[in-house]
Amino acid sequence: MKTFTYERAESPAQAAAAALSRPGARFIAGGTNLLDLMKLQIETPAHLIDVNRLELDKIEATNEGGLRIGALVRNTDLAADKRVRRDYAVLSRALLAGASGQLRNKATTAGNLLQRTRCPYFYDTTKPCNKRKPGTGCAAMKGISRNLAIMGTSDACIATHPSDMAVAMRLLDATVDTVAPNGTKRSIPIADFHRLPGDRPEVESALAPGELILSVTLPKPIGGTHIYRKVRDRASYAFALVSVAAVFTPDKGGRFAFGGLAPKPWRVDAADAAAAQGAKAVAEAALSGARTTRDNAFKKDLTARTLASIFAEARA
Amino acid sequence: MKFDQPATINPIDRGKVVGIPHDRIDGPAKVTGSAPYAYERHDVAPNAAYGWIVGSAIAKGSIKSIDSRDALAAPGVLAVVTHENAGPLGKGSMNTAHLLGGPKIEHYDQALALVVAQTLEQARDAAKLVRIDYAQEAGKFVLTAEKDTAVKPPAGFGGDPDSAVGDFAGAFGKAAVKIDRTYTTPDHSHAMMEPHATTAAWLGGRLTLWTSNQMIAWAVKEMALTLKMKREDIHVMSPYIGGGFGSKLFVRADAVLAALGARAAGRPVKVALARPQIPNNTTHRPATIQRIRIGADRNGVIDAIGHECWSGDLPGGSPETGAMQTRLLYGGKNRMTAHRLATLDLPEGNAMRAPGEAVGLLALEIAMDELAEACSVDPVELRIRNDVQYDPEAGPGRPFSSRKLVECLRQGADRFGWAKRNPTPGQMRDGRWLVGMGMAVAFRNNLVGKSGARVKVDGKGGVIVETDMTDIGTGSYTIIAQTAAEMLGVPLEAVQVRLGDSKFPESSGSGGQWGANSSTAGVYAACVAARGILAQKAGFNADDATFEDGMIKSGGRSVPLKQAAGREGVSAEDSMEYGDLDKAYAQATFGAHFCEVGVDMHTGETRVRRMGGAFAAGRILNPKSARSQVIGAMTMGVGSALMEELIVDPRFGYFVNHDMAEYQVPVHADIPDQDVLFVEELDDKSSPMKAKGIGELGICGAGAAVANAVYNACGVRIRDYPLTLDKILRGLPEPAFA
Amino acid sequence: MTVGNFGVVTRRTVLGASAAACATSAIPRAQAATPAKGDDAMVPVALRINGKDHHLTLDPRTTLLDTLREHLRLTGTKKGCDHGQCGACTVIVEGRRINSCLTLAVMHDGEEVTTIEGLGSPEKLHPMQKAFVVHDGYQCGYCTPGQICSAVAVLDEIEAGIPSHVTHDLNNVAFSDEEVRERMSGNICRCAAYSNIIAAIRDVAGEDKA
Ligand SMILES: Cc1cc2nc3c(=O)[nH]c(=O)nc-3n(C[C@H](O)[C@H](O)[C@H](O)COP(=O)(O)OP(=O)(O)OC[C@H]3O[C@@H](n4cnc5c(N)ncnc54)[C@H](O)[C@@H]3O)c2cc1C
Ligand code: SF4
Ligand code: FES
Ligand code: FES
Repeated sequence: MKTFTYERAESPAQAAAAALSRPGARFIAGGTNLLDLMKLQIETPAHLIDVNRLELDKIEATNEGGLRIGALVRNTDLAADKRVRRDYAVLSRALLAGASGQLRNKATTAGNLLQRTRCPYFYDTTKPCNKRKPGTGCAAMKGISRNLAIMGTSDACIATHPSDMAVAMRLLDATVDTVAPNGTKRSIPIADFHRLPGDRPEVESALAPGELILSVTLPKPIGGTHIYRKVRDRASYAFALVSVAAVFTPDKGGRFAFGGLAPKPWRVDAADAAAAQGAKAVAEAALSGARTTRDNAFKKDLTARTLASIFAEARA
Repeated sequence: MKFDQPATINPIDRGKVVGIPHDRIDGPAKVTGSAPYAYERHDVAPNAAYGWIVGSAIAKGSIKSIDSRDALAAPGVLAVVTHENAGPLGKGSMNTAHLLGGPKIEHYDQALALVVAQTLEQARDAAKLVRIDYAQEAGKFVLTAEKDTAVKPPAGFGGDPDSAVGDFAGAFGKAAVKIDRTYTTPDHSHAMMEPHATTAAWLGGRLTLWTSNQMIAWAVKEMALTLKMKREDIHVMSPYIGGGFGSKLFVRADAVLAALGARAAGRPVKVALARPQIPNNTTHRPATIQRIRIGADRNGVIDAIGHECWSGDLPGGSPETGAMQTRLLYGGKNRMTAHRLATLDLPEGNAMRAPGEAVGLLALEIAMDELAEACSVDPVELRIRNDVQYDPEAGPGRPFSSRKLVECLRQGADRFGWAKRNPTPGQMRDGRWLVGMGMAVAFRNNLVGKSGARVKVDGKGGVIVETDMTDIGTGSYTIIAQTAAEMLGVPLEAVQVRLGDSKFPESSGSGGQWGANSSTAGVYAACVAARGILAQKAGFNADDATFEDGMIKSGGRSVPLKQAAGREGVSAEDSMEYGDLDKAYAQATFGAHFCEVGVDMHTGETRVRRMGGAFAAGRILNPKSARSQVIGAMTMGVGSALMEELIVDPRFGYFVNHDMAEYQVPVHADIPDQDVLFVEELDDKSSPMKAKGIGELGICGAGAAVANAVYNACGVRIRDYPLTLDKILRGLPEPAFA
Repeated sequence: MTVGNFGVVTRRTVLGASAAACATSAIPRAQAATPAKGDDAMVPVALRINGKDHHLTLDPRTTLLDTLREHLRLTGTKKGCDHGQCGACTVIVEGRRINSCLTLAVMHDGEEVTTIEGLGSPEKLHPMQKAFVVHDGYQCGYCTPGQICSAVAVLDEIEAGIPSHVTHDLNNVAFSDEEVRERMSGNICRCAAYSNIIAAIRDVAGEDKA
C-alpha cells in the first residue's frame, strides 16, 4: 500500500471538490475493495477522501413511489430494510447472496457498484492486464478464464463485473445520482453506468473524475415474483459463476438480468420480450453473440439451465 | 524404553483419564485469543522489526541483476537481504528448492529478497521497490504433457516405488470382470489458517526462533544446515501452531529469512508469508494421474489389482505415493503397484495431510464403486468380500496388528441407513435436488517414531511434562496431560504440559498421523521412569506399586505422591523407541465413509447433505479431540472432491488461484452435521498406549465417498477431480424447459 | 438474550442507522480531517477498545487489524489472509462484526471496538467462549477468535431480524442450524471444526431463549 494522505470529508460538495483538486485522489467508503487492491498496489491513490461520515446513509421514499438509497447505506441495512424486503425482494436476495456477513456490514451501495473485477491476472501485478495497466495485453484471454465473461467482452478484456447487488439494480432500472466537483448533479440510468471494455477496459463507469455518488434511486415497485439465483462452486462466500435476477409478472411477462456473464450487469431487451416463450427463448436472446473460451463455454449451458430452474420455481 | 514386544496390561488400561472426552486443556487460551502464535511474540521480542518477502515473478531462470537501492532508501527500511549479501547458505535436507533463491530461480514466488523495515506498512511498500532483472528459461509445468518422460524414482518413504506379486497381467487378462480406468487429482494447497510465520532474534552467535512448525527437532537441524551453524546454537519454539497439515513439517522461507533479516538489521525481525504468496512460495500436494486395473470374478472377488501413479516435482523431489495403500487394502493374488515421477518446474510438491492415501483413495475407491456396479454387488458388501487380514503382498506370515475394517463397514452402514440407498443412479429426488448416497473405505498407514519426554513431579503433587512435541490442533496438549495423569494417578488439572521447545526432549513431532500415539508413548516412557524413582523414594518396589488418587500404593501401604516427590521434586526423562513389530505386523488404521449429496438437476451444483463414518484406530485417547480430527479431515475430503484445485497456468508456470478467495475450501454452509463412530479396538502391537494414528484417517476416502454419491445421485461418473459443476453438466440430461 | 454486556449495544446499533451510533459514541474523535504533507505523515486516532480509550498516532495505512495486533498488542484478533477472504480478523465495531483487515484504523476514529479480549478472559469466559470449549469448536485455534466474535454477532443479527441468503421468508427470520451455517460462512476454519462450532452456537442460543 503506497503512502497517501488522508482526509475525512464533511460534506458531499467538499468531497467532490477535494477529489478534483488533489491529483490521484480516491473516495473510500467501506474500503473492502479499495484496500484489498491498495495492499497489492493495484490501486495506488495518493490521497484518500473518507466519505463515511457524510449523511448519505438513509433510505428514503421518493415522490415517485420509489426509494432513494444513500450511497453509504451498508449492504446489510439495504437487504434488511423492510420496504426493500417487501417491494424489491430481488435486491435483498442479491445482496444477501454476496460476500459474507462481515463484508456486507461494511460494504456500501456505491462501493459495491464500483467494485472491480476478480480476474486473477488483474490481481497479479506481474502479469499483463489491459485493465490494470493499459496496453500490456490480456493474460486471461488465452489463460485461465473459467470465471470470466462471455458477453460484452472485447479483444482487450474479458473480465466480469463481480457484483450481485448491481445485477438486481439493473433489473430494477435503478438510476445512480451523482454530484460533480463543480456541484452539478445528474442521474445516470444504471444501464449506462457501467461501461463495456471496448479498447479502454480501465474505464469502468460513466463517472467523471471526482464525481461522487450520492444515492441510487429505485423506481416504484413493479410487483411480481422476485427471484435471485446465484450459482457457485461452494455454498457461500464465493462470487457467482452465473447469477440470474428475475421478476416474473402475472401476465407471463418477466425481466432478467445476469451476473457472472459480462463486464457489467447483463440485461437484454429481447430476453425480457421472450419471457412468455420460456427459459430457452430467454436464454437464446440473452446469450446472442456470446464469445466463449475453452474454460468458460459452460456458462452458456449453465445460464440456460439456471433460467429453466427459476422458470420452474416461478411457476410452481 | 524399547517397545519390541506386544503390550500387556499397563496403567493406561485403567482408562480413568485416558480415553475420556476431556475438554482441551489449551481451550481457554485459544478461545480468548491469549495463546501466542509465532508472529505475536511481543512478550519476548517487543522491538521486532518487520520483514516482507519478495518472491520471484518467473518460474525458472536466473537473476540477471537485483537492485535494492530504492528499497533501501525508502522510509523506515533497515535492511534488504538477497542472495548477494546473505552470506554462504546451505540447504536443508528436506527442502527440494532453496528457501532463498538466486541467482538461480527454481520456482515461481521463490523468495529472492527480504525487506526489513520499522513497520509492516513500510516493509510491504519497500518490497515493491526491489528491482529484479530476470533471465527467463522455458520450464515444464504440465503433468499430463510430461507423463511419458516420468521415471521410476529412487526408493524413498514407503520403500520401493514398485511392487509386484503373482502374475498381474495374466490374471487381469483372464478376469471375468475388468475395470481399467484412469483418474486424475489436481495440485492441492494446505491452506492452513495461520500463514507461515517466524520471529527471529540473535544473541551473540545464537539464534532464537519463535516459529510455526510441526517438527521442532527437524527445524533445528534444517536451520543449522541452511545457516551453516551448530545445532546447539539454535533455539526453536512453537508452542502454538495455527494449522499445518504438512505445510509446516519443514522450515520455510519465513524462518530462514527472519533469521537473516534479524542478523542484517541487528534486531529481532518477524516475517509472515502474505496469503497470496503461500501457494506458490511453499509446498503443495502434487497432482496425480492414476491408472487402476482390477480384475475380479462375477461376485466381485478380486484376483488382480494394479495401481500406477504418476506425479511430478522439481529435480530432486519425490513422488506422491498414491498407490501405496493398494498394496495393503484388498485381497487378490496377482498384484502390482508403480510410481513414476516426472520433472516439473512448479513450486515444490510435498506432504499434505495423508500423503499418498488421500489421493490414492480418491482414485481407488471410485474404481471399487465401478467394480461394485459392474458386478451388481453392493459397494459395502464388495469391500467385505475383498477384506484380507494379512498384508496381501507378503502373505499370511505378516498379519495386520489389528484390522477392523469389516466392523467399520457394517456399523457405519447401519448408522447411516445405507440400506435405503437405491443402487440405480438418478432415482432419488427432493425438489430440484437429485439425491444420492456413496461410500468409500478409509485407510491410512500407522506410523510410529521415537519420542521422548521429561516428567517432573513437585512437592505439591503437581506434574509438569516437557517434550518438543507440537500441538497443531491435534490435541497433543490434552492427550499428553491425560497420559501423565493416568500414569501417575493424579487428576488432569494437576498436570501442566509444555510443548514445542527445542530445549525439551526430542519427540516424534506432528506429521503422518504418528504424533498422538508416538508422543504419548514417549510420555508413558518418561512416566515409567518417574514411577521408578518415586516408588523407590517411597520405599516400594516399582513393579508392584500402583499410582492412583495422588497416592503410591503397594502391599496395603500408601504414600502421597507429593511426599514421595519431596520438596526437591523428581524429574525423569526417557523416550520410547521401537523394535520391529511394524515389520512383523502390518499396521494401519481403517474406516468407512458414508455420504449423501444433492446435485441440483439444473445447475449441477453439489451440496453434501449428510456425512458419517466409522473408524478403527486403536485406543482413542480422547474421543472429543479425536472426533474433531476426523470431522476436520472429512471436510478436507469434501473440499478435494468438490472444489479444491490449484490451477496451473502453463505459460507462466504458476498456480493462478493463489489466495483464499480463488482457492476455495469448504465453508460452514458446505458442511452438514457429521457423525463419527469409533469402533472399539486396542492395538497391542502399536505402542503401550495401544493407540494408532487418527489425524489423517478421516480424509482418506472421504472425497471418494462424495464422488460416488454424486454418481449415485445423477449418474454422471467423473474421474477427474474436483467434481465441479461444469464437469457434471456435461453428463446431465437436458432439463425440461418451462 | 445475554451475550455479554455489549449485546444490548449491538442490537440497538444494528437496528439503528450507523451514523446515529457514531454520534452517540462515547469517545471524542481525534479530528484527523486535514490532509498532511510529506511521506510519513502520521494521523491521530482515538479508539475505544473493549471499554478502554486509546489515543494513537498512526501511519494512515495502518489497518484496524494491524493497529490491534502490532500497536496495541491485542493479538487475539488473527490475520489469516489480510484480504477479507477468511474472517480470522473479525471484530465488532459499533456493534457490528467486520473484517478488521479491510478497514483503516483512521476510518474508525472515535468508534468503539470489541475484540475477543473484550468478550472474556481465561478466568472469566464469555458464554460463547465456554460453549466453544465444551463443544470442541476449534482445533488449532487460529480462526477461533474470529469465529467467536462472529458467532456472538450472528445471534444478535438473527435476534434483530436481519435476513440471510437462506432465509425462506425474508420477513420471518428465525434461528436454525441452516441460518447459522450460512451466516458463519465468512469465517473459514481449515481445521474444519464446523459441526462443533454450530453445536456451540446452538447451545448458547438455546440458553438465551430459556
Ligand atoms: C472475499 C470477498 C468476497 C466477496 N464476495 C462478493 C460477492 O459474492 N458478491 C458481491 O457482489 N461482492 C462481493 N465482494 C465485494 C464486496 O461486495 C465489495 O468489496 C464491496 O461492495 C465494496 O464496497 P465498499 O463500500 O467497501 O467499497 P470501497 O472499497 O470503499 O470502494 C470501492 C470503489 O468505489 C469508490 N467509491 C466508494 N464510494 C463512492 C461514492 N460515494 N462515490 C464514488 N465513488 C465511490 C471507491 O473510490 C472505490 O474505487 C466480496 C469481497 C471480498 C473481499
Ligand atoms: S480479462 Fe481484463 S482484467 Fe483480466 S487480464 Fe484481461 S484485461 Fe486484465
Ligand atoms: S484476515 Fe481479514 S478476512 Fe482474513
Ligand atoms: S481451528 Fe484451526 S482453522 Fe479453525
